[in-house]
Amino acid sequence: MAKKTKSKPVLSKAEGWNGFSLKPRKDMPEGLWMQCPGCEHMLYKSAVEKNMNVCPECNHHFRIEAAIRIKYLADEDSFQEILSEMTTDDPLNFKFRGTTYKQRIKSDEKKSGAREAMRIGKAFIKGRAVFLAVMEPNFLMGSMGFVVGEKFCTAVDKAIEEALPLVAVCCSGGARMHEGVVSLGQMAKTSAALAKLDEAGGLFISVLTDPTTGGVSASFAMLGDCLIAEPGALIGFAGPRTIAETIKVELPEGFQTSEFMLEHGFVDMIVHRRDLRSEIARLVDYCQK
Amino acid sequence: MPAVCGQLFYKLFRQVHCVFFLLRMPWRDILIANMPGNKNKITNGDHLDFEDTVADLDQQTDELHRLSSVKGIDYSAEIRRLRKQQVAELKRIYSNLNAWQTVQVARHPKRPILTDYLDMMVKDFRELHGDRCFGDDRAIITGFGHIGRERVLLVGQNKGRNTKEKVACNFGCPNPEGYRKAILKMKLAEKFGIPVVTLIDTPGAYPGIGAEERGQAQAIAVNLIEMSRLRVPIICIVIGEGGSGGALGIGVGDRLAMLEFAYYSVISPEGCAAILWRDGSQAPDAAEALKLTSKDLYKLKLVDAIVPEPLGGAHRNVHDTIYNVEKYIVKTLRELKRTKIENLLENRYKKLRSIGAGPTEKLRRKTQPAKDRIKAALKALPAKPGQITTKV
Ligand SMILES: [Zn+2]
Repeated sequence: MAKKTKSKPVLSKAEGWNGFSLKPRKDMPEGLWMQCPGCEHMLYKSAVEKNMNVCPECNHHFRIEAAIRIKYLADEDSFQEILSEMTTDDPLNFKFRGTTYKQRIKSDEKKSGAREAMRIGKAFIKGRAVFLAVMEPNFLMGSMGFVVGEKFCTAVDKAIEEALPLVAVCCSGGARMHEGVVSLGQMAKTSAALAKLDEAGGLFISVLTDPTTGGVSASFAMLGDCLIAEPGALIGFAGPRTIAETIKVELPEGFQTSEFMLEHGFVDMIVHRRDLRSEIARLVDYCQK
Repeated sequence: MPAVCGQLFYKLFRQVHCVFFLLRMPWRDILIANMPGNKNKITNGDHLDFEDTVADLDQQTDELHRLSSVKGIDYSAEIRRLRKQQVAELKRIYSNLNAWQTVQVARHPKRPILTDYLDMMVKDFRELHGDRCFGDDRAIITGFGHIGRERVLLVGQNKGRNTKEKVACNFGCPNPEGYRKAILKMKLAEKFGIPVVTLIDTPGAYPGIGAEERGQAQAIAVNLIEMSRLRVPIICIVIGEGGSGGALGIGVGDRLAMLEFAYYSVISPEGCAAILWRDGSQAPDAAEALKLTSKDLYKLKLVDAIVPEPLGGAHRNVHDTIYNVEKYIVKTLRELKRTKIENLLENRYKKLRSIGAGPTEKLRRKTQPAKDRIKAALKALPAKPGQITTKV
């Protein structure tokens, strides 16, 4: 996107921070204990899991996969997934560093157990019927290719058809470069679909989780009628590394976090993971006609 | 009898025309290259690294020119021969540029930029400044003008020619206020039914602290949704660099065209190489893999038209390049203005919605459960009166 230089990034917390990076995350020590990247406490894994994958010490929200997110968000067994088998077709026949995009998909499928970076379906949140679109961070960084675009547009169509509110949980590094301009086009495509939802008078609640950047934040993620952010999430257009490399200035503390976005007026509220269900339900109630 | 005469005449005319056409092309290029007023004349140092044979020939020609003026000997025959050779060489090079070479042509310092188009293509340009919120971004220029006989709102990204201009317009990297200005003026155009023409030429939206504070992502997202339903025709043309979201921010419309050697990509080749190859110097490989040239994108049906560039790229003949763009705009505007606005919007939506749809449609059919497929097929059957219905 911008000029790349070989200078070292000048991030203040470059070592401990691994938010926006395509490198695999630092492996947690195997077993029962894990270290929190927020407060560096050693935490008992099952205690964290019981606490909705939030650090009990510092409220650091761990990144969670789509299945767990759905479990936290939707009423028990209420999620009816559609288009779950849809997979990408490699439109560019993309090859890089001796591997191919297709191989990368296969390995990520194996690693994450997901077929694509988004799951959609009808669900109930505290008894309110909604259409749910949840992004999968472990599948190619949750990046948006045409399957994600198509699934999102289908979710919008269904929401219009059944007059349901649409809830999207965004968690993505941006557009998927392996699909080139096809993935760039998904930004326009999802936005155009949301224009239809807007004209039909539908409600769109966008939940921004860590991370929401690039092509996803610059399209449907930021177009919510209500924008909810999880605490401490990375939200922005360009990744902090790109910015640091381009302008060669140390980035201010808390730059591009949910709190930063709230302060600058780009999200409606910051909601703790355990309150997400009730907040969404309340917003759905308020926006009823 | 008259029919035969007409046919003969037509055949003769066509042959003569062909001959003229063949004769005309190289001479015209040579003439233009030698025109004294050609401020975009390619001098030494402007040659790209894959054009060294052309650079050699240029140097030889210049040497002969110098000699003929110093010694007073007539070298015009040799010069003409060299020029012919140069034209042949340019044709050879530019007929099969690879992706990375195309990127270099698209970034050529002498490539026509927005201000050239404003000077040569837009009559009576009235610039409209400011986003009414924060400021006036010089990387995006908006204003009313005439192209041909058509009244349009022109929105374009400007890179600047000299250092001072480049700094003023941030090297063509817009800030959020640029995108907000663009959509504000487009809404104005919508109010009065004025078609919108956007000229895209940016390395990408600016990744800066201020840009993030003022909501770069939100500004671009709003442009995407609003442009997808703007009730006037929109034509977008990539004239140089089409850098990811920064380009798309003014690039949603009824038609997307590209100049022949422009590029349009989801990420800069350098950025892609740095991430996927873990080495920024692998940019040529990344450029090839990203399929960012006009030819590839046209094949993938992501671009509606390719506007041809003159021999040796736009920077060798600014006038013809801009003329080609103008011709495309005028033709397309006429076509779009004939369509009713409701149909235009529906077509635009279908076009946006079908990005990448070919393979997806196929997949959906495959993945739909058999039960649903049968149900859908039954629903599609016309209901006949007296048809036997069974309760399920
Ligand atoms: Zn912690």
